[in-house]
Amino acid sequence: MLRLVNVNSYYGLVHVLKNVSLHVDKGETVTLIGANGAGKTTTLRSISGLHSVKEGKIEFEGNDITGLRAEKLVRLGIAQVPEGRQIFRPMTVFENLELGGNLIFKMHGKKQMKAGIDEMFDLFPILKERQEQYAGTLSGGEQQMLAIAMALMCRPRLLLLDEPSMGLAPLIVKEIFKTISRLKEDSDLTVLLVEQNANAALKIADRGYVMETGKIILEEEANALMKNQEVKRAYLGKDQREIWEK
Amino acid sequence: MNTGGGFSDFLQFIFMGLQRGSIYALVAMGFNIIYNSTGLINFAQGEFVVLGGLMMVTLTMTLSLPMPVAFVITVLFVMIMGILMERLTINPVKSPSVMRLIIITIAVSIIIKGLAMIFWGKESHFMRHFSSEETFEIFGATILPQTLWIIGILVLVVICFILFFNYTMTGKSMRACAINRDAARLTGINDRNMVMLSFALSAGIGAIAGIIITPIIQMDYARGALLGLKGFGAAVVGGLGNSLGAVVAGILLGVIEALGGGYISSHYMDAMALLIMLVVLFIRPSGIFGSVEASRLKEF
Ligand SMILES: Nc1ncnc2c1ncn2[C@@H]1O[C@H](COP(=O)(O)OP(=O)(O)OP(=O)(O)O)[C@@H](O)[C@H]1O
Ligand SMILES: [Mg+2]
Repeated sequence: MLRLVNVNSYYGLVHVLKNVSLHVDKGETVTLIGANGAGKTTTLRSISGLHSVKEGKIEFEGNDITGLRAEKLVRLGIAQVPEGRQIFRPMTVFENLELGGNLIFKMHGKKQMKAGIDEMFDLFPILKERQEQYAGTLSGGEQQMLAIAMALMCRPRLLLLDEPSMGLAPLIVKEIFKTISRLKEDSDLTVLLVEQNANAALKIADRGYVMETGKIILEEEANALMKNQEVKRAYLGKDQREIWEK
Repeated sequence: MNTGGGFSDFLQFIFMGLQRGSIYALVAMGFNIIYNSTGLINFAQGEFVVLGGLMMVTLTMTLSLPMPVAFVITVLFVMIMGILMERLTINPVKSPSVMRLIIITIAVSIIIKGLAMIFWGKESHFMRHFSSEETFEIFGATILPQTLWIIGILVLVVICFILFFNYTMTGKSMRACAINRDAARLTGINDRNMVMLSFALSAGIGAIAGIIITPIIQMDYARGALLGLKGFGAAVVGGLGNSLGAVVAGILLGVIEALGGGYISSHYMDAMALLIMLVVLFIRPSGIFGSVEASRLKEF
Protein backbone atom coordinates (compact mmCIF):
# COMPACT_ATOMS: atom_id res chain seq x y z
CA MET A 1 0.00 0.00 0.00
CA LEU A 2 2.80 2.35 0.99
CA ARG A 3 6.33 1.96 -0.26
CA LEU A 4 9.37 4.13 0.33
CA VAL A 5 12.35 3.49 -1.92
CA ASN A 6 15.73 4.96 -0.98
CA VAL A 7 14.27 8.14 0.42
CA ASN A 8 16.71 10.91 1.34
CA SER A 9 15.64 14.02 3.23
CA TYR A 10 17.55 17.01 4.43
CA TYR A 11 17.11 19.94 6.80
CA GLY A 12 19.19 22.51 5.02
CA LEU A 13 22.52 20.76 4.57
CA VAL A 14 21.93 18.22 7.31
CA HIS A 15 21.30 14.81 5.82
CA VAL A 16 18.59 13.32 8.02
CA LEU A 17 17.08 10.37 6.13
CA LYS A 18 19.66 8.18 4.45
CA ASN A 19 18.27 5.78 1.86
CA VAL A 20 15.22 4.87 3.88
CA SER A 21 13.22 2.06 2.33
CA LEU A 22 10.18 0.55 3.93
CA HIS A 23 6.77 -0.69 3.01
CA VAL A 24 3.41 -1.13 4.67
CA ASP A 25 0.89 -3.59 3.26
CA LYS A 26 -2.83 -3.07 3.24
CA GLY A 27 -4.42 -3.76 6.60
CA GLU A 28 -1.12 -4.02 8.42
CA THR A 29 0.02 -2.19 11.52
CA VAL A 30 3.68 -1.40 11.17
CA THR A 31 5.73 0.32 13.81
CA LEU A 32 8.85 2.38 13.37
CA ILE A 33 10.92 2.56 16.52
CA GLY A 34 14.18 4.30 17.30
CA ALA A 35 15.92 6.66 19.68
CA ASN A 36 15.50 10.43 19.86
CA GLY A 37 16.64 12.15 16.73
CA ALA A 38 16.76 8.97 14.67
CA GLY A 39 14.57 10.52 11.99
CA LYS A 40 11.22 8.90 12.68
CA THR A 41 9.26 12.13 12.61
CA THR A 42 11.08 13.20 9.48
CA THR A 43 10.11 9.92 7.85
CA LEU A 44 6.44 10.51 8.61
CA ARG A 45 6.59 14.12 7.50
CA SER A 46 8.19 13.02 4.25
CA ILE A 47 5.37 10.55 3.66
CA SER A 48 2.62 13.01 4.52
CA GLY A 49 4.09 15.70 2.31
CA LEU A 50 4.96 18.20 5.02
CA HIS A 51 8.65 17.75 4.34
CA SER A 52 9.99 17.54 0.85
CA VAL A 53 12.06 14.56 -0.21
CA LYS A 54 15.35 15.22 -1.95
CA GLU A 55 15.89 11.82 -3.55
CA GLY A 56 13.98 8.59 -3.68
CA LYS A 57 10.45 7.62 -4.33
CA ILE A 58 7.27 7.23 -2.33
CA GLU A 59 4.40 5.16 -3.66
CA PHE A 60 0.89 4.95 -2.29
CA GLU A 61 -1.58 2.39 -3.62
CA GLY A 62 0.61 1.97 -6.66
CA ASN A 63 0.83 5.67 -7.51
CA ASP A 64 3.95 7.78 -7.26
CA ILE A 65 3.20 10.43 -4.63
CA THR A 66 6.71 11.84 -4.24
CA GLY A 67 6.61 15.60 -3.98
CA LEU A 68 2.85 15.96 -3.58
CA ARG A 69 1.80 18.52 -0.99
CA ALA A 70 0.25 17.48 2.31
CA GLU A 71 -3.19 18.92 1.62
CA LYS A 72 -3.34 16.88 -1.58
CA LEU A 73 -2.23 13.67 0.09
CA VAL A 74 -5.00 13.92 2.69
CA ARG A 75 -7.47 13.78 -0.18
CA LEU A 76 -5.77 10.62 -1.44
CA GLY A 77 -6.30 8.94 1.93
CA ILE A 78 -3.19 9.56 4.03
CA ALA A 79 -3.72 11.22 7.41
CA GLN A 80 -1.04 12.02 9.93
CA VAL A 81 -1.37 12.56 13.63
CA PRO A 82 1.66 14.74 14.16
CA GLU A 83 4.06 14.57 17.07
CA GLY A 84 3.14 16.59 20.14
CA ARG A 85 -0.64 16.88 19.79
CA GLN A 86 -0.86 19.54 17.14
CA ILE A 87 -4.40 20.64 17.73
CA PHE A 88 -5.83 24.12 17.36
CA ARG A 89 -5.53 25.11 20.99
CA PRO A 90 -7.44 28.43 20.94
CA MET A 91 -10.43 26.76 19.30
CA THR A 92 -13.07 24.54 20.85
CA VAL A 93 -12.99 20.77 20.63
CA PHE A 94 -15.99 20.89 18.34
CA GLU A 95 -14.35 23.41 16.02
CA ASN A 96 -11.23 21.25 15.91
CA LEU A 97 -13.32 18.29 14.80
CA GLU A 98 -15.11 20.43 12.23
CA LEU A 99 -11.76 21.43 10.79
CA GLY A 100 -10.71 17.81 10.74
CA GLY A 101 -13.88 17.23 8.73
CA ASN A 102 -13.49 20.15 6.37
CA LEU A 103 -12.86 17.81 3.45
CA ILE A 104 -16.06 15.87 4.15
CA PHE A 105 -17.80 19.24 4.45
CA LYS A 106 -16.53 20.32 1.06
CA MET A 107 -17.32 17.06 -0.67
CA HIS A 108 -20.46 15.79 1.05
CA GLY A 109 -21.86 18.74 2.98
CA LYS A 110 -22.56 19.65 6.55
CA LYS A 111 -24.76 16.67 7.41
CA GLN A 112 -22.04 14.18 6.60
CA MET A 113 -19.54 16.17 8.57
CA LYS A 114 -21.81 16.20 11.61
CA ALA A 115 -22.29 12.46 11.23
CA GLY A 116 -18.53 12.06 11.18
CA ILE A 117 -18.19 14.08 14.35
CA ASP A 118 -20.83 11.92 16.03
CA GLU A 119 -18.82 8.83 15.09
CA MET A 120 -15.82 10.39 16.81
CA PHE A 121 -17.93 11.09 19.87
CA ASP A 122 -18.86 7.41 19.96
CA LEU A 123 -15.22 6.47 19.68
CA PHE A 124 -14.02 8.99 22.27
CA PRO A 125 -16.99 9.77 24.56
CA ILE A 126 -14.86 12.16 26.60
CA LEU A 127 -14.63 14.49 23.61
CA LYS A 128 -18.39 14.74 23.51
CA GLU A 129 -18.46 15.93 27.09
CA ARG A 130 -15.73 18.46 26.36
CA GLN A 131 -16.96 19.65 22.98
CA GLU A 132 -17.45 23.29 23.98
CA GLN A 133 -14.16 23.49 25.84
CA TYR A 134 -11.06 25.09 24.32
CA ALA A 135 -8.80 22.37 23.01
CA GLY A 136 -5.81 23.91 24.79
CA THR A 137 -7.47 23.28 28.15
CA LEU A 138 -7.86 19.54 27.60
CA SER A 139 -5.62 17.12 29.46
CA GLY A 140 -2.75 15.57 27.53
CA GLY A 141 -4.59 12.32 26.95
CA GLU A 142 -7.72 14.10 25.79
CA GLN A 143 -5.66 16.26 23.45
CA GLN A 144 -4.12 13.15 21.94
CA MET A 145 -7.55 11.63 21.46
CA LEU A 146 -8.70 14.82 19.79
CA ALA A 147 -5.67 14.80 17.51
CA ILE A 148 -6.42 11.21 16.50
CA ALA A 149 -10.10 12.00 16.02
CA MET A 150 -9.19 14.93 13.78
CA ALA A 151 -7.05 12.69 11.61
CA LEU A 152 -9.80 10.06 11.46
CA MET A 153 -12.24 12.76 10.33
CA CYS A 154 -10.22 12.86 7.10
CA ARG A 155 -11.46 9.27 6.48
CA PRO A 156 -7.95 7.96 5.82
CA ARG A 157 -6.98 4.56 4.50
CA LEU A 158 -3.47 5.00 5.87
CA LEU A 159 -3.00 6.52 9.29
CA LEU A 160 0.42 7.82 10.32
CA LEU A 161 0.76 8.12 14.07
CA ASP A 162 3.72 9.94 15.59
CA GLU A 163 4.35 8.98 19.20
CA PRO A 164 0.76 8.96 20.43
CA SER A 165 1.99 7.79 23.84
CA MET A 166 4.36 10.69 24.43
CA GLY A 167 4.05 12.08 27.94
CA LEU A 168 0.94 10.09 28.81
CA ALA A 169 0.23 7.84 31.77
CA PRO A 170 0.42 4.11 30.99
CA LEU A 171 -3.30 3.68 31.53
CA ILE A 172 -4.15 6.33 28.94
CA VAL A 173 -1.60 4.88 26.53
CA LYS A 174 -3.29 1.52 26.90
CA GLU A 175 -6.67 3.07 26.18
CA ILE A 176 -5.43 4.87 23.10
CA PHE A 177 -3.73 1.79 21.73
CA LYS A 178 -6.85 -0.24 22.40
CA THR A 179 -8.85 2.27 20.39
CA ILE A 180 -6.41 1.99 17.53
CA SER A 181 -6.67 -1.79 17.55
CA ARG A 182 -10.43 -1.59 17.62
CA LEU A 183 -10.50 0.86 14.75
CA LYS A 184 -8.50 -1.57 12.71
CA GLU A 185 -10.94 -4.36 13.37
CA ASP A 186 -13.91 -2.22 12.42
CA SER A 187 -12.46 -0.76 9.24
CA ASP A 188 -9.74 -1.60 6.78
CA LEU A 189 -7.37 0.97 8.19
CA THR A 190 -3.64 0.60 7.69
CA VAL A 191 -1.39 2.07 10.35
CA LEU A 192 2.21 3.23 10.46
CA LEU A 193 3.02 3.88 14.08
CA VAL A 194 6.11 5.72 15.28
CA GLU A 195 6.93 5.06 18.90
CA GLN A 196 9.59 5.32 21.56
CA ASN A 197 7.43 3.14 23.75
CA ALA A 198 8.55 0.06 21.86
CA ASN A 199 6.88 -2.39 24.17
CA ALA A 200 3.42 -1.01 23.69
CA ALA A 201 3.92 -0.48 19.97
CA LEU A 202 5.23 -3.97 19.27
CA LYS A 203 2.26 -5.44 21.11
CA ILE A 204 -0.23 -4.08 18.62
CA ALA A 205 1.98 -4.14 15.53
CA ASP A 206 2.35 -6.86 12.94
CA ARG A 207 5.76 -5.79 11.83
CA GLY A 208 8.39 -3.32 12.92
CA TYR A 209 11.33 -1.33 11.65
CA VAL A 210 14.16 -0.05 13.80
CA MET A 211 15.73 3.22 12.84
CA GLU A 212 19.08 4.61 13.89
CA THR A 213 20.60 7.95 12.83
CA GLY A 214 18.55 8.19 9.68
CA LYS A 215 18.91 4.59 8.55
CA ILE A 216 16.66 1.57 8.84
CA ILE A 217 18.82 -1.01 10.57
CA LEU A 218 16.34 -3.79 11.23
CA GLU A 219 13.07 -5.10 9.91
CA GLU A 220 11.21 -8.03 11.45
CA GLU A 221 7.90 -9.41 12.60
CA ALA A 222 6.79 -7.68 15.78
CA ASN A 223 7.10 -10.88 17.84
CA ALA A 224 10.62 -11.45 16.66
CA LEU A 225 11.61 -7.87 17.35
CA MET A 226 10.27 -8.15 20.87
CA LYS A 227 12.61 -11.05 21.50
CA ASN A 228 15.54 -9.50 19.68
CA GLN A 229 18.40 -9.05 22.18
CA GLU A 230 19.60 -5.84 20.58
CA VAL A 231 16.16 -4.25 20.70
CA LYS A 232 15.54 -5.53 24.19
CA ARG A 233 18.76 -4.03 25.47
CA ALA A 234 18.19 -0.67 23.82
CA TYR A 235 14.64 -0.34 25.03
CA LEU A 236 14.92 -2.01 28.38
CA GLY A 237 17.68 0.48 29.12
CA LYS A 238 15.29 3.25 28.31
CA ASP A 239 12.49 1.81 30.41
CA GLN A 240 14.74 1.44 33.43
CA ARG A 241 15.91 5.00 33.07
CA GLU A 242 12.32 6.10 33.11
CA ILE A 243 11.68 4.21 36.31
CA TRP A 244 14.64 5.95 37.95
CA GLU A 245 13.41 9.33 36.93
CA LYS A 246 10.11 8.85 38.70
CA MET B 1 -21.21 79.30 25.52
CA ASN B 2 -19.83 78.35 28.95
CA THR B 3 -20.12 74.76 30.27
CA GLY B 4 -22.42 73.77 27.41
CA GLY B 5 -19.82 75.05 24.94
CA GLY B 6 -17.16 73.00 26.66
CA PHE B 7 -19.22 69.87 26.38
CA SER B 8 -20.22 70.43 22.77
CA ASP B 9 -16.56 70.97 21.87
CA PHE B 10 -15.69 67.77 23.60
CA LEU B 11 -18.44 65.91 21.77
CA GLN B 12 -17.25 67.41 18.51
CA PHE B 13 -13.74 66.09 19.12
CA ILE B 14 -15.07 62.69 20.08
CA PHE B 15 -16.99 62.35 16.82
CA MET B 16 -13.98 63.56 14.91
CA GLY B 17 -11.90 60.98 16.76
CA LEU B 18 -14.37 58.18 16.08
CA GLN B 19 -14.28 59.05 12.41
CA ARG B 20 -10.49 58.99 12.19
CA GLY B 21 -10.29 56.02 14.49
CA SER B 22 -12.68 53.97 12.36
CA ILE B 23 -10.34 54.34 9.43
CA TYR B 24 -7.30 53.40 11.50
CA ALA B 25 -9.22 50.42 12.83
CA LEU B 26 -10.06 49.20 9.33
CA VAL B 27 -6.49 49.62 8.12
CA ALA B 28 -5.21 47.85 11.21
CA MET B 29 -7.60 44.93 10.64
CA GLY B 30 -6.18 44.67 7.14
CA PHE B 31 -2.65 44.48 8.52
CA ASN B 32 -3.65 41.80 10.97
CA ILE B 33 -5.33 39.52 8.46
CA ILE B 34 -2.17 39.26 6.40
CA TYR B 35 0.05 39.20 9.45
CA ASN B 36 -1.85 36.24 10.87
CA SER B 37 -1.73 34.19 7.72
CA THR B 38 1.86 34.94 6.73
CA GLY B 39 3.70 36.67 9.57
CA LEU B 40 4.20 39.64 7.22
CA ILE B 41 3.64 43.33 7.64
CA ASN B 42 2.18 44.31 4.30
CA PHE B 43 3.57 47.73 3.51
CA ALA B 44 1.15 48.05 0.61
CA GLN B 45 -1.82 48.14 3.00
CA GLY B 46 -2.14 51.91 2.75
CA GLU B 47 -2.11 51.63 -1.03
CA PHE B 48 -5.23 49.45 -0.91
CA VAL B 49 -6.95 52.31 0.88
CA VAL B 50 -5.84 54.79 -1.77
CA LEU B 51 -6.92 52.49 -4.60
CA GLY B 52 -10.30 52.08 -2.97
CA GLY B 53 -10.78 55.81 -2.64
CA LEU B 54 -9.60 56.70 -6.14
CA MET B 55 -11.52 53.94 -7.86
CA MET B 56 -14.66 55.02 -6.05
CA VAL B 57 -14.09 58.59 -7.19
CA THR B 58 -13.85 57.49 -10.80
CA LEU B 59 -16.93 55.28 -10.63
CA THR B 60 -19.17 57.77 -8.86
CA MET B 61 -17.93 61.13 -10.07
CA THR B 62 -16.74 60.38 -13.62
CA LEU B 63 -18.97 57.44 -14.54
CA SER B 64 -21.87 58.56 -12.29
CA LEU B 65 -22.64 55.06 -11.10
CA PRO B 66 -24.99 54.79 -8.12
CA MET B 67 -23.16 54.62 -4.77
CA PRO B 68 -23.97 51.02 -3.82
CA VAL B 69 -22.98 49.68 -7.24
CA ALA B 70 -19.77 51.67 -7.24
CA PHE B 71 -19.05 50.48 -3.71
CA VAL B 72 -19.28 46.83 -4.65
CA ILE B 73 -17.28 47.21 -7.86
CA THR B 74 -14.56 49.14 -6.06
CA VAL B 75 -14.20 46.59 -3.29
CA LEU B 76 -14.06 43.75 -5.81
CA PHE B 77 -11.52 45.64 -7.90
CA VAL B 78 -9.18 46.20 -4.96
CA MET B 79 -9.64 42.61 -3.80
CA ILE B 80 -8.51 41.47 -7.22
CA MET B 81 -5.49 43.75 -6.88
CA GLY B 82 -4.76 42.06 -3.56
CA ILE B 83 -5.03 38.64 -5.17
CA LEU B 84 -2.79 39.70 -8.03
CA MET B 85 -0.25 41.02 -5.56
CA GLU B 86 -0.17 37.71 -3.73
CA ARG B 87 -0.10 35.52 -6.83
CA LEU B 88 2.49 37.58 -8.70
CA THR B 89 4.84 38.73 -5.96
CA ILE B 90 4.41 36.65 -2.81
CA ASN B 91 3.42 33.17 -3.94
CA PRO B 92 6.21 32.61 -6.50
CA VAL B 93 9.02 33.37 -4.03
CA LYS B 94 11.04 30.17 -3.76
CA SER B 95 12.50 30.46 -0.29
CA PRO B 96 10.24 32.94 1.45
CA SER B 97 11.80 34.56 4.49
CA VAL B 98 9.71 37.15 6.27
CA MET B 99 12.31 39.84 5.60
CA ARG B 100 12.41 39.08 1.91
CA LEU B 101 8.63 39.18 1.62
CA ILE B 102 8.32 42.41 3.56
CA ILE B 103 10.77 44.06 1.17
CA ILE B 104 8.61 42.78 -1.68
CA THR B 105 5.55 44.43 -0.14
CA ILE B 106 7.48 47.71 0.02
CA ALA B 107 8.29 47.35 -3.66
CA VAL B 108 4.65 46.62 -4.45
CA SER B 109 3.54 49.69 -2.53
CA ILE B 110 5.88 51.85 -4.59
CA ILE B 111 4.59 50.31 -7.81
CA ILE B 112 0.92 50.77 -6.86
CA LYS B 113 1.62 54.34 -5.85
CA GLY B 114 3.30 54.99 -9.19
CA LEU B 115 0.44 53.45 -11.14
CA ALA B 116 -2.10 55.41 -9.13
CA MET B 117 -0.24 58.59 -9.97
CA ILE B 118 -0.26 57.73 -13.66
CA PHE B 119 -3.98 56.90 -13.74
CA TRP B 120 -5.34 59.50 -11.36
CA GLY B 121 -2.72 62.24 -11.47
CA LYS B 122 -1.23 64.09 -8.54
CA GLU B 123 -4.22 66.19 -7.56
CA SER B 124 -6.72 65.43 -4.81
CA HIS B 125 -10.08 64.09 -5.88
CA PHE B 126 -13.43 65.23 -4.60
CA MET B 127 -16.18 62.79 -3.99
CA ARG B 128 -19.84 63.18 -3.14
CA HIS B 129 -20.85 62.19 0.37
CA PHE B 130 -22.91 59.02 0.72
CA SER B 131 -25.98 60.99 1.72
CA SER B 132 -26.67 64.64 2.51
CA GLU B 133 -23.72 66.94 3.14
CA GLU B 134 -25.82 69.06 5.52
CA THR B 135 -24.48 68.91 9.04
CA PHE B 136 -26.82 68.45 11.96
CA GLU B 137 -26.40 69.15 15.63
CA ILE B 138 -26.23 66.82 18.60
CA PHE B 139 -25.88 68.65 21.93
CA GLY B 140 -24.24 71.54 20.15
CA ALA B 141 -21.73 69.46 18.20
CA THR B 142 -22.02 69.70 14.43
CA ILE B 143 -21.91 66.30 12.78
CA LEU B 144 -21.68 65.28 9.15
CA PRO B 145 -23.90 62.38 8.09
CA GLN B 146 -20.79 60.90 6.47
CA THR B 147 -19.25 60.56 9.93
CA LEU B 148 -22.14 58.34 10.92
CA TRP B 149 -21.75 56.35 7.72
CA ILE B 150 -18.09 55.77 8.58
CA ILE B 151 -18.81 54.63 12.11
CA GLY B 152 -21.74 52.51 10.97
CA ILE B 153 -19.74 50.80 8.25
CA LEU B 154 -16.94 50.04 10.69
CA VAL B 155 -19.46 48.37 12.99
CA LEU B 156 -20.86 46.40 10.06
CA VAL B 157 -17.41 45.29 8.91
CA VAL B 158 -16.51 44.18 12.42
CA ILE B 159 -19.72 42.17 12.69
CA CYS B 160 -19.15 40.50 9.32
CA PHE B 161 -15.58 39.84 10.32
CA ILE B 162 -16.60 38.10 13.53
CA LEU B 163 -19.28 36.06 11.76
CA PHE B 164 -16.88 35.07 8.99
CA PHE B 165 -14.05 33.93 11.25
CA ASN B 166 -16.25 32.17 13.78
CA TYR B 167 -19.12 30.69 11.83
CA THR B 168 -17.94 29.78 8.34
CA MET B 169 -15.74 26.86 7.43
CA THR B 170 -13.51 29.08 5.30
CA GLY B 171 -13.07 31.54 8.14
CA LYS B 172 -12.28 28.78 10.58
CA SER B 173 -9.85 27.27 8.09
CA MET B 174 -8.05 30.61 7.88
CA ARG B 175 -7.82 30.77 11.64
CA ALA B 176 -6.58 27.20 11.77
CA CYS B 177 -3.88 28.04 9.24
CA ALA B 178 -2.80 31.00 11.34
CA ILE B 179 -2.70 28.97 14.54
CA ASN B 180 -0.84 25.96 13.21
CA ARG B 181 -0.11 25.78 9.54
CA ASP B 182 1.16 22.20 9.43
CA ALA B 183 -1.78 20.88 11.39
CA ALA B 184 -4.14 22.79 9.11
CA ARG B 185 -2.51 21.32 6.01
CA LEU B 186 -2.86 17.85 7.48
CA THR B 187 -6.63 18.33 7.58
CA GLY B 188 -6.54 19.14 3.88
CA ILE B 189 -6.64 22.92 4.10
CA ASN B 190 -4.67 24.51 1.29
CA ASP B 191 -2.51 27.02 3.10
CA ARG B 192 -1.53 28.85 -0.07
CA ASN B 193 -5.15 29.51 -0.93
CA MET B 194 -5.68 30.80 2.59
CA VAL B 195 -2.79 33.22 2.13
CA MET B 196 -4.30 34.40 -1.14
CA LEU B 197 -7.66 34.82 0.53
CA SER B 198 -6.08 36.83 3.32
CA PHE B 199 -4.66 39.25 0.75
CA ALA B 200 -8.08 39.51 -0.87
CA LEU B 201 -9.85 40.19 2.42
CA SER B 202 -7.23 42.59 3.59
CA ALA B 203 -7.40 44.50 0.31
CA GLY B 204 -11.18 44.55 0.51
CA ILE B 205 -11.17 46.01 4.02
CA GLY B 206 -8.56 48.56 2.93
CA ALA B 207 -10.78 49.51 -0.01
CA ILE B 208 -13.76 50.03 2.27
CA ALA B 209 -11.68 52.36 4.45
CA GLY B 210 -10.66 54.33 1.37
CA ILE B 211 -14.19 54.54 0.04
CA ILE B 212 -15.76 55.87 3.20
CA ILE B 213 -13.07 58.40 4.05
CA THR B 214 -12.58 59.90 0.60
CA PRO B 215 -15.61 62.24 0.74
CA ILE B 216 -14.01 63.80 3.83
CA ILE B 217 -10.29 63.91 3.08
CA GLN B 218 -10.25 64.06 -0.73
CA MET B 219 -8.04 61.20 -1.82
CA ASP B 220 -4.78 61.56 -3.70
CA TYR B 221 -2.23 58.98 -4.81
CA ALA B 222 0.25 59.71 -2.03
CA ARG B 223 -2.02 59.25 0.98
CA GLY B 224 -1.22 55.60 1.47
CA ALA B 225 1.93 55.92 3.53
CA LEU B 226 0.48 58.01 6.34
CA LEU B 227 -2.80 56.07 6.46
CA GLY B 228 -0.81 52.86 6.50
CA LEU B 229 1.43 54.13 9.25
CA LYS B 230 -1.48 55.15 11.47
CA GLY B 231 -3.20 51.85 10.87
CA PHE B 232 0.02 50.04 11.65
CA GLY B 233 0.26 52.01 14.87
CA ALA B 234 -3.22 50.84 15.80
CA ALA B 235 -2.35 47.25 14.94
CA VAL B 236 0.76 47.38 17.12
CA VAL B 237 -0.98 49.09 20.02
CA GLY B 238 -3.81 46.58 19.83
CA GLY B 239 -1.36 43.71 19.83
CA LEU B 240 -0.20 42.61 16.40
CA GLY B 241 -2.49 39.91 15.06
CA ASN B 242 -5.36 40.68 17.40
CA SER B 243 -8.02 42.26 15.22
CA LEU B 244 -10.54 43.19 17.86
CA GLY B 245 -7.68 44.73 19.81
CA ALA B 246 -6.85 46.64 16.65
CA VAL B 247 -10.37 48.02 16.42
CA VAL B 248 -10.30 49.26 20.00
CA ALA B 249 -6.79 50.64 19.58
CA GLY B 250 -7.69 52.30 16.29
CA ILE B 251 -10.68 54.06 17.82
CA LEU B 252 -8.63 55.02 20.86
CA LEU B 253 -5.86 56.39 18.69
CA GLY B 254 -8.31 58.42 16.64
CA VAL B 255 -10.01 59.85 19.71
CA ILE B 256 -6.75 60.70 21.45
CA GLU B 257 -5.52 62.37 18.28
CA ALA B 258 -8.66 64.42 17.97
CA LEU B 259 -8.66 65.43 21.62
CA GLY B 260 -4.95 66.24 21.49
CA GLY B 261 -5.46 68.19 18.30
CA GLY B 262 -8.39 70.06 19.79
CA TYR B 263 -7.06 70.87 23.23
CA ILE B 264 -3.29 70.93 22.74
CA SER B 265 -2.29 71.73 19.19
CA SER B 266 -3.47 70.55 15.83
CA HIS B 267 0.11 70.70 14.53
CA TYR B 268 1.00 67.60 16.46
CA MET B 269 -2.06 65.59 15.53
CA ASP B 270 -0.26 63.25 13.17
CA ALA B 271 2.69 62.83 15.49
CA MET B 272 0.36 61.88 18.33
CA ALA B 273 -0.38 58.41 16.96
CA LEU B 274 3.28 57.60 16.59
CA LEU B 275 4.06 58.92 20.04
CA ILE B 276 1.38 56.70 21.54
CA MET B 277 2.68 53.75 19.59
CA LEU B 278 6.22 54.30 20.88
CA VAL B 279 5.08 54.71 24.46
CA VAL B 280 3.02 51.52 24.28
CA LEU B 281 5.90 49.65 22.73
CA PHE B 282 8.20 50.79 25.55
CA ILE B 283 5.81 49.77 28.27
CA ARG B 284 4.15 46.74 26.71
CA PRO B 285 5.99 45.43 23.68
CA SER B 286 3.19 42.99 22.90
CA GLY B 287 0.56 45.75 22.71
CA ILE B 288 -2.19 46.70 25.13
CA PHE B 289 -4.37 43.74 24.34
CA GLY B 290 -1.74 41.25 23.38
CA SER B 291 -0.22 39.19 26.14
CA VAL B 292 3.10 37.53 25.42
CA GLU B 293 1.17 34.29 25.41
CA ALA B 294 -1.26 35.65 22.86
CA SER B 295 1.47 36.91 20.60
CA ARG B 296 2.66 33.38 20.33
CA LEU B 297 -0.87 32.13 19.68
CA LYS B 298 -1.70 34.00 16.54
CA GLU B 299 -5.42 34.52 16.17
CA PHE B 300 -7.52 36.76 14.02
N1 LIG C 1 13.20 21.64 11.57
C1 LIG C 1 14.42 21.06 11.68
N2 LIG C 1 15.53 21.74 11.33
C2 LIG C 1 16.76 21.18 11.43
N3 LIG C 1 16.97 19.96 11.87
C3 LIG C 1 15.92 19.21 12.25
C4 LIG C 1 14.58 19.74 12.17
N4 LIG C 1 13.74 18.79 12.60
C5 LIG C 1 14.50 17.74 12.93
N5 LIG C 1 15.81 17.97 12.72
C6 LIG C 1 16.91 17.04 12.96
O1 LIG C 1 16.69 15.88 12.22
C7 LIG C 1 17.03 14.73 12.98
C8 LIG C 1 15.87 13.78 13.02
O2 LIG C 1 14.79 14.40 13.71
P1 LIG C 1 13.40 13.70 13.90
O3 LIG C 1 12.50 14.70 14.51
O4 LIG C 1 12.97 13.08 12.63
O5 LIG C 1 13.74 12.57 14.97
P2 LIG C 1 12.78 11.59 15.73
O6 LIG C 1 13.27 10.23 15.44
O7 LIG C 1 11.38 11.87 15.43
O8 LIG C 1 13.10 11.94 17.24
P3 LIG C 1 12.14 11.97 18.51
O9 LIG C 1 11.97 10.57 18.94
O10 LIG C 1 12.90 12.76 19.52
O11 LIG C 1 10.88 12.61 18.10
C9 LIG C 1 17.47 15.25 14.34
O12 LIG C 1 18.88 15.23 14.36
C10 LIG C 1 16.96 16.64 14.40
O13 LIG C 1 17.84 17.46 15.13
MG1 LIG D 1 9.81 12.53 16.51
